[in-house]
Amino acid sequence: MAQSRKARPISPHLQIWRWGPAMLVSILHRITGNGLAFAGLGLLLWWIGALASGEQAYQIFLDWVWLGTAGGVQAFTAILGKVVLVGLTWAFFQHAATGIRHLILDIGAGYELQTNARWSILTMVFSILLTIAFWAFVLLR
Amino acid sequence: MGNGTSIGRVRGLGSSHQGTHHWLTARLTAVGNLVLITFLIVSLALLPDHSFATARSWVARPVPSVALILIMVNTFTHARMGVQVMLEDYVHEEGGKIAAWLLVNIVPFAAAAFGILSVLRIALGGA
Repeated sequence: MAQSRKARPISPHLQIWRWGPAMLVSILHRITGNGLAFAGLGLLLWWIGALASGEQAYQIFLDWVWLGTAGGVQAFTAILGKVVLVGLTWAFFQHAATGIRHLILDIGAGYELQTNARWSILTMVFSILLTIAFWAFVLLR
Repeated sequence: MGNGTSIGRVRGLGSSHQGTHHWLTARLTAVGNLVLITFLIVSLALLPDHSFATARSWVARPVPSVALILIMVNTFTHARMGVQVMLEDYVHEEGGKIAAWLLVNIVPFAAAAFGILSVLRIALGGA
């Protein structure tokens, strides 16, 4: 009895697996959530704090995050700032979409393999399209 | 926790009787964030420019200032809970757990207090 049980396959296996859409959006939900928590809320506090401190502090914020006109390190951080801001909007749209997916899973719906995979992929399509639409609106209007 | 009697070996290892509130609050604040953060980024995108005067006068208006204060409460609560769950999954050493506990219970409150004060200064016209 004990010997025959030993030969049985063990599942889930720690090493034998392949990526699926649900796994990908699950880890993306955690990564985007923590990115928004640290980088997103950090930037929000810098922005509102600078705005409350006065025109000079706000100009320093703009220079470091977007403009880079003062030269020096800001020329580099302004490029980084744009990447981070675009990344944060994508992270918000992705986290919101997978968050809604979780709310639906919480009521017990959407666990069929095909349905689950389809909606997982759609959250990523949604977040990429909305990020492009958002920045197209901001930069082109 | 003892290691003698069978009841002594399991005492203290059961349910903490408080997980549901954490789970439910995470969902509740998630719905709040859908409204609040959407309002924030749509409003920022619609501003005519992002100069000091424009941004400050937008924050000073009643609805945006209330929304920003709610963000400081709602979003920081949600972020705090999410970071806590992440740390619970990845931090296993005792020292790390204490550091994580301090981080999760101090930083979000200090950060939210700073945010709320900043909004109030702008909204109430302080210099």
